[in-house]
Amino acid sequence: MALKGNLRDFTINQLLNLVSVAQKTGTLEIKGPTQSAQIAFREGKLASAQTSQNDSSLAAILYRRGQLTKRQLQLIKARAGNIGDKELGLLLINANYLTQKEILTSLKEEFIEIVNNLFTWVEGFFQFYNDALPESGKITLRINLENIIMEGSRRLREWEQLQDEIPSLDIALKFTDNPSTDLRNVNLSVEEWRVVSYINPKNTIRQISKATKMNDLEIRRIIYGLLQAGLVEMIRAENVEKPKYQKPSLPVSGQKEQKTLVNRLIKRIQSL
Amino acid sequence: MQTVKMVVTGPFSSGKTEFIQSVSEIDVVSTERKISSEAEKIKETTTVAMDFGRITIDDNLVLYLFGTPGQKRFDFMWEILSEGMLGFVVMVDSSRPETFREARRILETFRAYAPTPYIVTANKQDIPDAWSVEDMRIALRLSPEVKLLPCVATDKETVKNALLELLYGILEKMEAGEF
Repeated sequence: MALKGNLRDFTINQLLNLVSVAQKTGTLEIKGPTQSAQIAFREGKLASAQTSQNDSSLAAILYRRGQLTKRQLQLIKARAGNIGDKELGLLLINANYLTQKEILTSLKEEFIEIVNNLFTWVEGFFQFYNDALPESGKITLRINLENIIMEGSRRLREWEQLQDEIPSLDIALKFTDNPSTDLRNVNLSVEEWRVVSYINPKNTIRQISKATKMNDLEIRRIIYGLLQAGLVEMIRAENVEKPKYQKPSLPVSGQKEQKTLVNRLIKRIQSL
Repeated sequence: MQTVKMVVTGPFSSGKTEFIQSVSEIDVVSTERKISSEAEKIKETTTVAMDFGRITIDDNLVLYLFGTPGQKRFDFMWEILSEGMLGFVVMVDSSRPETFREARRILETFRAYAPTPYIVTANKQDIPDAWSVEDMRIALRLSPEVKLLPCVATDKETVKNALLELLYGILEKMEAGEF
């Protein structure tokens, strides 16, 4: 089955949400007008990221992150150009030049920066390749996507899209029953925490926006982030009247007769 | 003669007319027009008022299937068509993620008109670009209790299966006293 489309129609945020919720393993390839990116995931967590613009070798990443000098990079490229990232990492650790933590932190910063930059892409064909992961010599990580999704939502400014995603402010929110991450591990801003503190099936989004003195755009952007990160879900507010139930016009009355009628429909359709 | 009706809805070009055609015993009465908008020219014609199909159940009961117009500018027809329906089917083209948001909007609109039982079908599952049903459930933000079924609108068996699942859902609601 394909998982492909254009970022115009299905945003990076929505894609990350899909990968996170479905706990997907594989590589997302995005081809933009000027560059392409490959983002790998393992069980719904970010494993690695690279773009066509930058050298994705460990040595080049450590140089960009200020852990290696230009001279050291050139030496590594000249003398150990063929060794894999894992091997190079071990050499640097064993030589007491860098710690494992420093290497992993550099990789994490690089991968997150690449994904954060994707939020600025408004167009690009994407395709997800199930189970495709970087070659075994590459170092992969396991980075939760919730914080990245929240950051992406903060950058979202398109009013129309937010309005489509949250068409009404007269609905309430509740925390998801089984969030894949603990809310305490998500980096929320002060404004986001203020909104979170009001989340309750009794409060509509409109009431929360009033209480937090936020305008429609601000509240929609925060709620959108929480929704995409899988932390909350929309529900009908407890104190809002349900839409009037329009009874189907069945030609018979009485529960028994109605059930018989539906069974007649079932029997006939089975026989088609 | 007793009659009941079901509504088949969904975004533009999601396969509503084909769905009804697959099981209707009459040629579907279609109110189609040539498409004028360049942006929507992914097919030659579109339904502008409604599609209409019929299945005779027995000597004194007939099921009517109504298909809603897919283009946004005809959505004033939706409320009229949904009146008194037994249930509804929301069709989504599995290969066009650009229509998923519209599908969600349609689903919410219909649920507001009449909170009757419904199912969602992931249509065009036979083409290579189709998204998997599992991915579509997440993209469409459907909760686990909503039935989302794989479908090929031109394949009678999958259409029958979709209608049966809707009817089983109606029966369950009746048994639970929620209908």
